[in-house]
Amino acid sequence: MFRLSAVSVDRCKPVLVLLGLYPLIRWVWLGWQGDLTANPMEFLTRSSGTWALVCLLVTLSVSPLREVLNQPALIRLRRTCGLFAFFYAALHAITWAWWDQGFVVGLMWRDVIDRPFITVGMLAFLALLMLALTSNQRAMRALGKRWKQLHRFIYLIGALVILHYWWHKSGKNDYAEVLVYGAVMLFLLAWRVVGSWLVTRFRPETKKASAN
Amino acid sequence: MTRYQYPEPKSSEITPQRVWTKRRQLLAGGALMAAGGAMPLASAMAQRSKSSDWAPLASKPNPEYILMDALTSQKDVTTYNNFYEFGLDKADPARYAGAMKIEPWSVQIEGEVAKPGTYGLEDLLSLSPMQDRVYRMRCVEGWSMVIPWIGYPLSALLNKVEPTGNAKYVEFVTDMQPDVMRGLSSPVIDWPYREGLRMDEAMHPLTLLTFGVYGTVLPNQNGAPVRLVVPWKYGFKSAKSLIKIRVTEKQPLTSWVAAAASEYGFYANVNPEVRHPRWTQATERRIGEGGFFTPKRPTLMFNGYADQVASLYTGMDLSKNY
Repeated sequence: MFRLSAVSVDRCKPVLVLLGLYPLIRWVWLGWQGDLTANPMEFLTRSSGTWALVCLLVTLSVSPLREVLNQPALIRLRRTCGLFAFFYAALHAITWAWWDQGFVVGLMWRDVIDRPFITVGMLAFLALLMLALTSNQRAMRALGKRWKQLHRFIYLIGALVILHYWWHKSGKNDYAEVLVYGAVMLFLLAWRVVGSWLVTRFRPETKKASAN
Repeated sequence: MTRYQYPEPKSSEITPQRVWTKRRQLLAGGALMAAGGAMPLASAMAQRSKSSDWAPLASKPNPEYILMDALTSQKDVTTYNNFYEFGLDKADPARYAGAMKIEPWSVQIEGEVAKPGTYGLEDLLSLSPMQDRVYRMRCVEGWSMVIPWIGYPLSALLNKVEPTGNAKYVEFVTDMQPDVMRGLSSPVIDWPYREGLRMDEAMHPLTLLTFGVYGTVLPNQNGAPVRLVVPWKYGFKSAKSLIKIRVTEKQPLTSWVAAAASEYGFYANVNPEVRHPRWTQATERRIGEGGFFTPKRPTLMFNGYADQVASLYTGMDLSKNY
């Protein structure tokens, strides 16, 4: 079976970076056109949050994809995806701190304490910040085995982010979009739980099937 | 920032040719309809509902209701709306409300009144002189606008139908048109949309029965052809596209109280000190004001109408009656 080499996957990275910058380019374009809606701050706050979630889901899809497609080299794209998730999450947090709270530390602190959906959002962001700071080779080497344990926090982050989104939408019982993102997240997290069992049990059969 | 200019009292300027030709069309259509052929009127209306500019609505400025605040642009007022019958996104009403049928239109008035009945839009339009009033509008979501409405006090209509001694509350019901209101399939609210006021609130001179905005009839997305505007309460109290006004003895169960009583109260007075469970109400984002570096504005008690309405609530615990 054809296997992508590490070199050919690395060659795809610039394309991935361009894809990852698409939301940013889109915002600039919409701003240029005067199409950021009547409430640009709210639009950018929500849009950055949505794209952070999308990038997080893409990041979590890398491992399942490399198993399903049997392309181990895809792992080389995961860090870039994860850093884009952090990038948009950071923009999301900045929009909140800037436009909602006016960078007033006291107000920000009260908001984090008072509003459960902000509390979980902030926890998720701080955890993501920790993972972003330890995403380089040096940190990997320094942390050794503990690096993998530390980066399992990504599953907790995924759950917190969906809770954050769910609570945000709860006032209007408007769960349509949250349910879609939540279902994808649940699938990707469940894959980890049952994935190893599924792979060991069913892989021989699927291999036979593809050979026919 | 463009400032709204009231029309000069020169009739030639108030009534452009485009409009009086349209009136002739309508009159001709009306005459034909009387003769049994409703087609010309229907086509004239279809033309209007497709048009992006709305028919002018003659009115006189009421100097007592003018604000120093800069007006929110007509574009923002007519494209950034909450009208869940057409979808939850704020761009949805401008996108889809054009299909709403608003002619013919009548409002049924029932309950604790001496003169219940169905009032045609024409009767309502001519019931009392139309006034221009500039009001602040504060949405419970934390944004605000400054809007030049056209209408007259709801009290003019209520006085005409003569509330009985049992009349304590007024309930307002929004139309349901399932074929064009895609939002009605959403479980967010138990449709139809219902709002309510206490009788003294409904009779207050600020409470406006509204037919127009920015010098024209109401665009569909703003609640055509007739809506309520209660400027000292969060925007959701100002029900749109009214088909029923019910005067009651008991406090009506309003849609948002039914949906989430812990988050939305019956009174819903703008109050910077009573926070929404999920966000502060102390500040607001004025739509269209400044740029990314413009801070939010402090929200004013009763949306800045405390002098006029605070006395309605003396002795009430506003943190409990939110």
